[in-house]
Parts: sequence; C-alpha cells; structure tokens
Amino acid sequence: MNLKEVLLKPIFKGNPITVLVLGICSSLAVTVQLKGACVMALSVTVVTGLSSFVCSLLRNSIPNRIRIIVQLVVVSLMVILVDQVLKAYAYSISKTLSVYVGLIITNCIVMGRIEAFALGNKPIPSLLDGLANGVGYGLILVVVAFFRELLGSGTLFGFRIIPESFYEAGYMDNGLIILPPMALILLGIIVWIQRSVQKDLQEEE
Amino acid sequence: MEYISLFVKSIFIDNMIFAYFLGMCSYLAVSKNVKTATGLGIAVIFVLLVTLPINYLLNEHVLKPGALAWLGDKFASVDLSFLSFIVFIAVVAAITQIVEMVVEKFTPALYSSLGIFLPLIAVNCAILGGSLFMQERDFVNVGEATVYALGSGIGWFLAIVTLAAIREKLSYSHVPAPLRGLGITFITVGLMAIAFMTFMGIQL
Repeated sequence: MNLKEVLLKPIFKGNPITVLVLGICSSLAVTVQLKGACVMALSVTVVTGLSSFVCSLLRNSIPNRIRIIVQLVVVSLMVILVDQVLKAYAYSISKTLSVYVGLIITNCIVMGRIEAFALGNKPIPSLLDGLANGVGYGLILVVVAFFRELLGSGTLFGFRIIPESFYEAGYMDNGLIILPPMALILLGIIVWIQRSVQKDLQEEE
Repeated sequence: MEYISLFVKSIFIDNMIFAYFLGMCSYLAVSKNVKTATGLGIAVIFVLLVTLPINYLLNEHVLKPGALAWLGDKFASVDLSFLSFIVFIAVVAAITQIVEMVVEKFTPALYSSLGIFLPLIAVNCAILGGSLFMQERDFVNVGEATVYALGSGIGWFLAIVTLAAIREKLSYSHVPAPLRGLGITFITVGLMAIAFMTFMGIQL
C-alpha cells in the first residue's frame, strides 16, 4: 500500500467514525463547542499517531498472548502525556473535556488501528496511518461541533456569529441541539449524506 | 435514602449511553438481536460492579493527593493522581481476565453465554468511564461507589436491550438505502435519548 493511500483513505472513504464505526464513545459529548472539539481532535490524532508508531516499533517483540495489555499500557502512557500537557497549558479546556481525555485510552480507533495496521507494518506508515485516522475522526467532530455551536448558541469558537439584530427580530437559539441526543441525530445525517454519495457503502436490506 | 436516589439517578438521569455516550462502540456493534445484547449487558453490569469499588479504594488510599499518608508523614505530600489512567485500565483489564477465568471454572453455562463478550469489555468505555466519573464526583464511601456502579450498569443494560429490540423490528421495515444499518441506528438512538431526557427534570 503506498503512503498516499494510507494518508488519504481514512479521511473520507474509510473514515473511522462513519464507515468503520470506531471511537464514537468519547467523541460526541465534546461536540457542544467547536473549541473543545478541536482540542479533542488534536489530542486523539497525537495519541493514535504516537501509539501506532510505538506499537509498530515493538511489534516483533510483543508476545501475541499479552499484546492487548502491552497496547493498553502504551496507549495510556500517551494519554497521560496529553492529559498532563492539557492540564498545564489549557486548564479550562481540560476541565470542560473532563473524563473524555482519559477515555481516549478505550477509544476504539486507537486500539483498532494498532491491531489492524501497526502490528503488521513498519513504524513510519503506522505513524501516518494513526495520524490520518485521527484527522478523519477529528473532521467529523469538527463538523458536528460546527453545527451544534452555530445553531445552539449562535457562536463559533466563542465569538458571536449570528448578529444581535436577528435576536431582536425574534430569532432564537435552538436549545435542543446542545443536548446530547442531537449529536447522534447529526451523525446519522452525516452518515446519510456520505452514503448517498458513496453508493458502495450502502448496506444490504 | 441517598443510596436509592443515587441508584435511580445513575440509571435514568445520568444514563451511560444517552447522557454520556459511553460504551457506544460495542453498543452499536452488538445490538442486532436481543439475546446477545442481554449477554453483553449482564457482563457489563458484572464487571462494573467488581472494578468500580476496587478502583475507588485504590483512588482513595493510593492515588489521591495525600492518600499515602497512612505510610507515614513523609508520604503525606505525595500526589500520584497522574497515574490514575494507567492504574484504572490495568485494574479493568486484569479484572476482566480474572472474571473470565472464574466464570469459566465455576459456571460454565454462564460462560458459554457471555464467553466472547468478556474480553471485549476491557476496552469498553463504559467501564473506564465509570471509574473516571467516580474519581471526578468524589463519592464519600465505597458503598456509594458500588451503588453507582450497579445503577450505571443497569442503565447500560436497559439501553442496549431496548435498542436491540427496536433493531429487530426495524429489520422488517423499508429504510431508505443510504440510511440502512448505521444511519438509522444513530437516529433511533438519538430519539431514544430524547425520550430519556424526560427524566432530566426530576429532582432527587
């Protein structure tokens, strides 16, 4: 597999969230605001990239029976690093993300890419595969967060986008879209759009 | 009394799936029929119920800032809380392994029905999420942590069994082709979550 395909496939055609259905767990709750979603996307990209890289370096020395534990240890080390960095440099965001940073450990994307790619490939392609999957994941997060923040609070990155005159004319923020269920419905709509374009992804009846 | 309110709260109001999206991957993957969903649900309750109290005690007596004071004055200022992720995940992985072996040895019938799901649970976000929420919420004693574990386990169980039942019915209906499978499942879960939001206003 050439490097270009490794890099581009996870972003749209083999997107981890909408096609492989991995890593939805910790993703949706952080999409209320664009800022949190961007930080989360960045953290996941760093963690998937680095842990794929390290696991790929170790791939010939890990005994097969205990590989899950070894992978978990590598991943949790990376997550601890990211968490400490966030706590040091972006404390308020780290507070809003609360437990979801820790939950990157059990994010299926990380483990899934290690199992499916890093254990059978050289370190550099694994690093790229990890990073690309992180980006593919981040893309969906950012799209969902964009709509939730714009329609839910009328802001983007905390800046007011919808002008005051709209509110005076009777426009109201959609309170429902901030609540958890709408993240799922938005994701359903994204899947719908993607599968209308890419007919080969549609499931049999 | 507060045990009962914590219990009800963790089942309905703070539902793992509908309020926090925890354990979503296996929730979507293993909810195609009611029987396997029930198996996984029971396994999750079981593992949560075992790991959460253990992690609570570890957090209280080893990891928290100042928790090592029982070793002597010199240790009173030690703060190991940065290690909590790795400790929690190690406990979860070890417990699932032990639970699997014990269940296999003593109740083969239960093992054959849960069998394949037990190893999966080590990487289920609901389990680690339970431990991390426990750390964030500062429960007063181990009883509260256990009740919280039981409640959130049952909440997860209810969510997966109801979704499986809906998906079984759904397979007889004509869904537009691009929505088939994943898309309609997301929307179904979203609608279920809206239904669960009715519990939100209840003060306990």
